[in-house]
Amino acid sequence: MSEAQVPEAGTLLKVRGLTKYFGSFAACNGIDLSIAPGEIHALLGENGAGKSTLVKMLFGVLQPSEGQIVWQGKPAVIGSPGEARALGVGMVFQHFSLFEALTVAENIALSLDPKIPLAKIAEEAKNLSRDYGLPLDPNAHVADLSVGERQRIEIVRALLQNPKLIILDEPTSVLTPQEADRLFETLFKLKAEGRSVLYISHRLEEVQRICDRATVLRHGKVTGACDPRRETPASLARMMVGSDVAGVERASDTPLGDVLVSVKDLAVPARTPFAVTLSGISMQVRAGEIVAIAGVAGNGQGELFDALSGEVTVPQDDAIEICGRPVGRTGINGRRLLGAGFVPEERHGHAAVSDMALSDNLLLSRSTSDRKAFLSGGVFNVIRHDVIRSIAKRICGEMDVRKSGDDPAAGSLSGGNLQKFIIGRELDRKPQVLIVNQPTWGVDAGAASRIRQALIDLARAGSAVVVISQDLDEIFEVATSIAVISEGRMSRPYAAGELTLEKIGLLMGGIHDSTSPREAVHAH
Amino acid sequence: MRIELERRASASGLFSVVSPLLALVLTLLAGALMFLMLGKDPLYALYSFFIDPLLEVWSLHELAIKAAPLILIAVGLSVCYRSNNWNIGAEGQFTIGAICGSILPVLVPQWHSVLVLPLMLVMGMLGGALYAGIPALLKTRFNTNEILTSLMLVYIAQLFLDWLVRGMWRDPKGFNFPQTISFAPEAVLPELLASGRAHWAIVFALVAALALWFMMRFMLKGFEVTVLGRSERAGRFAGFSARRMVWFSMMLSGALAGLAGISEVSGSIGHLQPSISPGYGFTAIIVAFLGRLNPLGIIASGFVLALTYLGGEAAQLSIGVSDKVTRVFQGLLLFFVLSCDTLILYRVRLVLGTGRNVDVRS
Repeated sequence: MSEAQVPEAGTLLKVRGLTKYFGSFAACNGIDLSIAPGEIHALLGENGAGKSTLVKMLFGVLQPSEGQIVWQGKPAVIGSPGEARALGVGMVFQHFSLFEALTVAENIALSLDPKIPLAKIAEEAKNLSRDYGLPLDPNAHVADLSVGERQRIEIVRALLQNPKLIILDEPTSVLTPQEADRLFETLFKLKAEGRSVLYISHRLEEVQRICDRATVLRHGKVTGACDPRRETPASLARMMVGSDVAGVERASDTPLGDVLVSVKDLAVPARTPFAVTLSGISMQVRAGEIVAIAGVAGNGQGELFDALSGEVTVPQDDAIEICGRPVGRTGINGRRLLGAGFVPEERHGHAAVSDMALSDNLLLSRSTSDRKAFLSGGVFNVIRHDVIRSIAKRICGEMDVRKSGDDPAAGSLSGGNLQKFIIGRELDRKPQVLIVNQPTWGVDAGAASRIRQALIDLARAGSAVVVISQDLDEIFEVATSIAVISEGRMSRPYAAGELTLEKIGLLMGGIHDSTSPREAVHAH
Repeated sequence: MRIELERRASASGLFSVVSPLLALVLTLLAGALMFLMLGKDPLYALYSFFIDPLLEVWSLHELAIKAAPLILIAVGLSVCYRSNNWNIGAEGQFTIGAICGSILPVLVPQWHSVLVLPLMLVMGMLGGALYAGIPALLKTRFNTNEILTSLMLVYIAQLFLDWLVRGMWRDPKGFNFPQTISFAPEAVLPELLASGRAHWAIVFALVAALALWFMMRFMLKGFEVTVLGRSERAGRFAGFSARRMVWFSMMLSGALAGLAGISEVSGSIGHLQPSISPGYGFTAIIVAFLGRLNPLGIIASGFVLALTYLGGEAAQLSIGVSDKVTRVFQGLLLFFVLSCDTLILYRVRLVLGTGRNVDVRS
């Protein structure tokens, strides 16, 4: 690194041939990227394309194996996040690192010089948040704040260091459309001040709306650098995925059958101080119907899934009915025996055990419902590994699960392939009722369209499907009717055609017909 | 220059076999160094510690006697540890098992029947299981840490035994020695072969190891143990109850420890006395880990650890070192086993150059 560099005018950050190996696997391979001052630069790519690895190298969390980072014309070695901040790089992570029991100001103080008094931090944070249109009460406890407000803390925390480059990792994935609009205004303000933004996303419309330039990654390599405004969503998607993504074919007016899932005034108290209390949840799902439950993360989706699946039972037996039978007090396997299948949000450690083989993970959800086929030996319950392995193989074939080896550990599959297996595991039973939480979270576009098609096909074959999702595109793609969950309360289901993006956004922000909003959301 | 641990893509099959052997070799090297520093000939010391005891029929019997409780306890513990329940109190369950099993021969010595011995064994298992049920109850009801409660219960059990044999269970004709009356012949676990002292406990141990191996490998119960141990959440999704697993694993390992306790007292000692175990319950933790928490591996590691007990006794006589050397060897072995296990999931790399590298993968 001894070669003298001529400062290049008009470039804040330049990256050349940046490569990061994990073992022999190149997560980033010869990446070139340059960011100009006052530019909003998009970093596009599917999950696993290497976006996070690249950004972690820029923020000093990871060290590059090869390549060079040039900061304001000078080669820089960024050894730690502290050094990155000192250089003028700020970062807002996708998963917030906030202490829920502390106040906003205390959380901000944790990342600053310990000598600065708390009152001064609170004052500065308040001013800064006001200037940038990110209103925040420094004395509020984080636990009481919405996800959008929590993100503002992270942004204000980054801004307090007066950075020249701010990296935002998938910032809108946790926001309502209205909250996202406000974030964009803030970003434009930052841009007007000459600060640069590196904006990581896989949402193409957003990128086209706010970004000046885009760099597209696939399999750790740059596959395109372009002006997103001159591209079409289809051409951007092609750069991201490498091929055209099959569109999802909608069900054309499937006749609706009996009510297979009925929820009446379901209430579940919060089990931990930071969990969401569910109250007054009611819905009915008929055979042939896909009811989607939209909502911003952390508004009770996980709690609702647990109650529907029977991982958490409720005292009122008739609060939940599956195929006409009250099951409120019945556990998950009892509900499976009635013909229900469940797919939780978290793949690793909930839907599947990462270091167990796929066949073992097949047994995981079906040990009771398929005990005749999977077990023998009477009370000894001897596992018939050969039968289970052959069914696992069949599922992999049907869902096009790409894997290495015959029966690999679940953790060795990519997110999309594992999710295809987990969905396929339930579909293989031809469930009467399927309840899915975030079916395509963190899944590549190809697998996502495959999974959505499978859900539609299942409903068309006469099953009732409940899809809990944060992804509005997905919801509009698959749902026949849509309800919105917010702070543990759920709106009535609307027919899919009846709802606009804006209306959903208002419901997601907590504006119900009956309740008053805790935080005013300005609809534009 | 620095040493870096790099996570492997998947667990190394080679190193899961090599790691315990490597640990053994490193233990021997460290042991040789220790003997050298004590001024003994290291080769001769190791020979008399590890080889000499294997050369006589008499000491092979002793090996089986020492291996039996270690294997019995360790296979039970392996089920506990695989299900993520950390029973550290097998020594206490061993002691209570010995006490409960001794109720019949001590309190009703006049009852002569073939039923006495089976009943003793059953009562020993029940006692151990119920004693292990205390930390299970505390964990499931009050969410207490079973490591602490099970360990503390060891000392209660030992002091209770001490109180019994010095007090109400003391042999009135025993010249005030703190021990109970000797067990009647039908209360003594018979010897296996005419050639030595080894008794039926080693058979119990091998049967238990095979049965649990079958359960863990082929039965839904074993699958349940593994799933709940890896991820309680996934276990709940599968419809398995973590709470019931606490009870199952603790009481199973308690029962086996109790069986080991009554077998030891009935087969090897013949009466109760203040000290009935050279720390079998704690050494079995090493046995379980050295055997990779696999019942078949535990059979092998049980014999290895039994050898350290015999070698310690032999080395006292032949080279004149304290029997604390046994504990040192056991400690070294556990230390090296746990550190060598790192190699299964990680690769060690020497990296030249500077800069920190923090592998934070969310």
